[in-house]
Amino acid sequence: MAQDVRVIVLRTAGTNCDGETAYAFERCGAAVDLVHINRLSSGEVSLGDYHILAVPGGFTYGDDIMSGRILANELRLNLGKDLEAFIASGKLVLGICNGFQVLVRAGILPGPLSGQSLWHPGVPQTVSLTHNDSGKFEDRWVRLKVSGVSVWTEGLGDTVLFPVAHAEGKFMTRDDAVLRSLRENGQVIFRYCSEDGQSVAYPGNPNGSMDHIAGIADRTGRVLGLMPHPERHFVVTQHPAWTRLGKKSGYGEGARIFQNGVTYVKDNLIKN
Amino acid sequence: MIWRVEIKEKPGIEGPSGTGVLRDIVDLGITSLTRVDVSQFYTIKAPLSAEQIVAVASRLLADPVTQDYFCSPLEPGAAGPSSSLTCTEIEVAHNPGVMDPVEASTMKGIRDLGLGSVEWVRTAKKYYLHGTLTKHQVLLIIEKVLSNKLIQHAVQDPVVSYGAGTTAGASKDTVFTVPVLGVSGKELLKLSAEGQLFLNRQEMQSIQRYFQAIGRDPTDCELETIAQTWSEHCHHKTFRGKIRYEFEERGRKKVRVINNLLKSTIAKATMDLAKPWCVSVFHDNAGVIRFDKETNVCFKVETHNHPSALEPFGGANTGIGGVIRDVLGTGLGAKPICNTDVFCFAPPDFPPAELPAGTLHPKRIMKGVVAGVRDYGNKMGIPTVNGAILFDDGFVGNPLVYCGNVGIIPRGKEFKKVLKGDVIVVAGGRTGRDGIHGATFSSAELTDSSEVVSSGAVQIGDPIQEKKVLDCLLLARDRNLYHAITDCGAGGLSSAVGEMGETLGARVDLEKVPLKYQGLSYMEIWISESQERMVLAVGPGEVEALLDVFRSENVEATVIGFFTGTGKLELFFHGQQVCDLGMSFLHDGIPDITKKAVWKTPRLKTPRIQCPADLTLSLLDVLSHYNVCSKEWVIRQYDHEVQGGSVIKPLCGAGFDGPSDASVIRPRLHSDRGLAVANGINVLYGKIDPYWMAAACIDEAVRQVVAVGGASDRIAILDNFCWGNPDKPDRLGGLVRAAQGCYKAAVEYGVPFISGKDSLYNEYTLDKRSIAIPGTLLISAIGLIDDVNRCVTMDFKNAGSLIYLIGETHDEMGGSVYYDTLGRLGADVPCVRFRKGKAIFDRVSQTVRRGLVRSLHDCSEGGLGVALAEMAFSGGFGATVTLKDVCFKGPVARNDTVLFSESTSRFVAEVSPRQEKAFKKAMGPVSCRCIGRVEESPEFVVYGRDDKICVNVVIGDLKEAWQKPLRW
Repeated sequence: MAQDVRVIVLRTAGTNCDGETAYAFERCGAAVDLVHINRLSSGEVSLGDYHILAVPGGFTYGDDIMSGRILANELRLNLGKDLEAFIASGKLVLGICNGFQVLVRAGILPGPLSGQSLWHPGVPQTVSLTHNDSGKFEDRWVRLKVSGVSVWTEGLGDTVLFPVAHAEGKFMTRDDAVLRSLRENGQVIFRYCSEDGQSVAYPGNPNGSMDHIAGIADRTGRVLGLMPHPERHFVVTQHPAWTRLGKKSGYGEGARIFQNGVTYVKDNLIKN
Repeated sequence: MIWRVEIKEKPGIEGPSGTGVLRDIVDLGITSLTRVDVSQFYTIKAPLSAEQIVAVASRLLADPVTQDYFCSPLEPGAAGPSSSLTCTEIEVAHNPGVMDPVEASTMKGIRDLGLGSVEWVRTAKKYYLHGTLTKHQVLLIIEKVLSNKLIQHAVQDPVVSYGAGTTAGASKDTVFTVPVLGVSGKELLKLSAEGQLFLNRQEMQSIQRYFQAIGRDPTDCELETIAQTWSEHCHHKTFRGKIRYEFEERGRKKVRVINNLLKSTIAKATMDLAKPWCVSVFHDNAGVIRFDKETNVCFKVETHNHPSALEPFGGANTGIGGVIRDVLGTGLGAKPICNTDVFCFAPPDFPPAELPAGTLHPKRIMKGVVAGVRDYGNKMGIPTVNGAILFDDGFVGNPLVYCGNVGIIPRGKEFKKVLKGDVIVVAGGRTGRDGIHGATFSSAELTDSSEVVSSGAVQIGDPIQEKKVLDCLLLARDRNLYHAITDCGAGGLSSAVGEMGETLGARVDLEKVPLKYQGLSYMEIWISESQERMVLAVGPGEVEALLDVFRSENVEATVIGFFTGTGKLELFFHGQQVCDLGMSFLHDGIPDITKKAVWKTPRLKTPRIQCPADLTLSLLDVLSHYNVCSKEWVIRQYDHEVQGGSVIKPLCGAGFDGPSDASVIRPRLHSDRGLAVANGINVLYGKIDPYWMAAACIDEAVRQVVAVGGASDRIAILDNFCWGNPDKPDRLGGLVRAAQGCYKAAVEYGVPFISGKDSLYNEYTLDKRSIAIPGTLLISAIGLIDDVNRCVTMDFKNAGSLIYLIGETHDEMGGSVYYDTLGRLGADVPCVRFRKGKAIFDRVSQTVRRGLVRSLHDCSEGGLGVALAEMAFSGGFGATVTLKDVCFKGPVARNDTVLFSESTSRFVAEVSPRQEKAFKKAMGPVSCRCIGRVEESPEFVVYGRDDKICVNVVIGDLKEAWQKPLRW
């Protein structure tokens, strides 16, 4: 019997997109556990037993102080070694919205921009996600141009349509050098764009992100983070104008991301 | 050691919050500022070295990419508002005791860094106002923009603001009694007033007799418990009491005595209908109906009006938090799946000079209320999928904030039963002085402002605490670890334990209740309305397992007593008994009171208005009316898609910005079964006749559910009355009439009420003159969708489609938006023709589900004109329409009447020519006429009854008129 693709969806106080993220992976054939961080910290559950770590959206610890900061510190300080080993062993990490904010503040994304090593707890934060230029939380659908290299986005098409729902999604880098490295390394995976894939102003770029960046990967492409929600375009009926489309059921444009993760694990991490 | 850490954006990085503050200051008419910067302050009491505080600042408090930090020890006098010619600095902090969730998170963050033992953290914001300001302007900005004195203050001296920490009050060791035994009725009333008990003479005398019989005076705690239980809020005296109702019928005066208005109207409709899918109605926190084989659905809508008038953010915040707890406390606990929120304000352009003293400007109230709902709903991860916002001058002193929540609950978990010997557990937030009725916690400022009736008004919620409680509760529920649950809402533990122990009796040891800070008296603990608390009845054998579940996710849960079986409410504080009341007296001892109600038909006239030959401008005005225009600015601030079940969003169409009728969600992601949520509310109709307002509201709520594809025979509704003072006969007369309209419409349409709420005494008194709100009824509907893939939306889909108007149009312009744009009310309010309406709903519901319409929109405010315009610009198509083809019933058919009459039970449908025959057949005998065509070109052209063009405009202009008013 084939071994399961095992996904851990991490939760803590204020996580709230865990159910639909778990559902997306399950529909793609994975065995999914929703795990509270206390169970990882106490050693009751081991990160090493899983192939994919998903950090879902939400308002962990209320986004108090700043979005994602407290969970990022917990990951780095309490689970740093486990996470380092997880990433080094070729496994996958996906951070959506608040999960992306967490990965960024822990330095896991973009991770080291040069050299041999992958992420470890000493890697500093080099990019940030800060308050939207509009000054408010906004839920709206945006078109994204897909670029760069990531196992998560293979075959995704030139552009995709996902919703964003955040107040702190403006992508910024520490300096120009970081931005340059991200581009050169192929780490920029999603950019907000117009209907025809061109560069776009507000509200197409909903937060004022630098270089319109909506999502980035680490240098391996196995760790991906993005502000928009692919799990909210997992089926067609989530599309805001699905009643205008010919297609009235089936998968939406975000499903491919979850399928890619599961397929990658089957092809590369599970030896049958 | 007390440290101060300031976090500022790095130079060159502009924070958006400063821009928003600057905009609000410009709104005040102060234009001398060039820029506003905002920084965050943390004041931390902890034994940290200079090196350690830098570690806290750099690793926890500041973002290394975008922010700088500045650490300094707390020094006296350094931070008061300071003004120079070029910059005014103002630090705004919370008043002591006001909830700030960031404080606890910061303490956790510091502990995670391994720097332990933090005594407390306080947060504040500092505003740098660049430009010249007069002293008066500074004060105005502090009052109108930067702070609300009920919860915040501008820091004069940080040592005073922060140095002392939370001040503890004196603990009361002795038990206080209130002498009622031998006193006169007049003195009893004085005791009621002094204690802010809001009990009348008969009620006080009933209490006096009870204590005379047992031969002692009540303790303060007993009296307070009775007052809470007998309050209008908890006991619904008006709806359950006797009413002597005077009314006119065919010109003759009549009198009827109504025994229990609730049971003879609202609840009677449900009993008469006896729908088998109604699972639990009117006796739990929320009504419960069947959803599918495994699941039931519950729905509840609450109001939080008075708190929102005083502190809009906190009022709406705790309003939504409270209704979510209602659903959490329904049966053995339901999982919240969506929110619905409806607000009524005075218009946002209300002249500031005409504001009654002591009221906040409606625009500020609206921004605060929206922010409060956004904060709580989004952070709980519950999509806010539906709502409405209405504007009327009558809400200037008293806005309305309705918060609703829908939950799902596994079948078999919808009932609860407390058993004798069950342990009482309180879980969630700690108890503090926030929300204690009549108690003045923080300072003299609160007591000298007359609007502060209750410091419950100044609560701020902690949504993440409630989310943690929710997560644990569902785990514990599914492991069967408790027998009953309810929420701590109004009345706090007093209501929650009092209700759960109504038959068995209960004993609580109040010193066991976890406190936010020491120094609360037994009575404060008992009646505090601190947020985010739930009360459970737990079998003694399951207590440890239950506490473990909460512990595993860092939620506090504590045993505070047990259900005794003695039928008494017994409270102890450090071993001393402070309350010993019979439960039967507490719950049934309230004397019958007869209230007087009078209904007089208002003398109103139909205005004489010339019908303009060209109605284009009229249509644009109606689209720009605040009640009609786009609410996108609000909707986008709510996460309406979290949980992944979104099917019909509040905004739809080609540009994702058209106004949906009902919203549809898929509660269980693997199933195609859905729920539609809608509401009906109309303030203007009620000014003419509350009976027809109620009927029209039910018609509208049902119509919206049907418009997206809901099954017309599986719709349940909720009533929510917000009214003026029911002790005034004219106000109560309108209320009776509205309740009668509710009964009639619910029975005729076969839509049972499953829960409801009333909020009375919505009046604002100034100089002995009382402004009552317009009597307002919100009807919330929830409908079942068999297959969400068959839902339709309201946007035109294809050029060449036929446009059908379903239903009859009558000359019913009273209360219409069209009249309102002309400053008139009118007299002929839309009636509901129930039999025809029912036939229309059943036919349309079937037709939609058979896939015979491409788009469907309900005709409501603004009538046919607005419905057509919205369908056109949402779909990106033009239209040609002929008013001559409209089925009009009336003596004189004027173009404006046909276009803007708000007759009920009407829909506009888009039908493909290919399906026309099948569509017409499916509609059977109900009135249904083809009135035009969807056009490829953007022209929107309406031909009048005389075949002359009366509206000619492009859809871009229609959309602009509709979007512009609230595009903030």
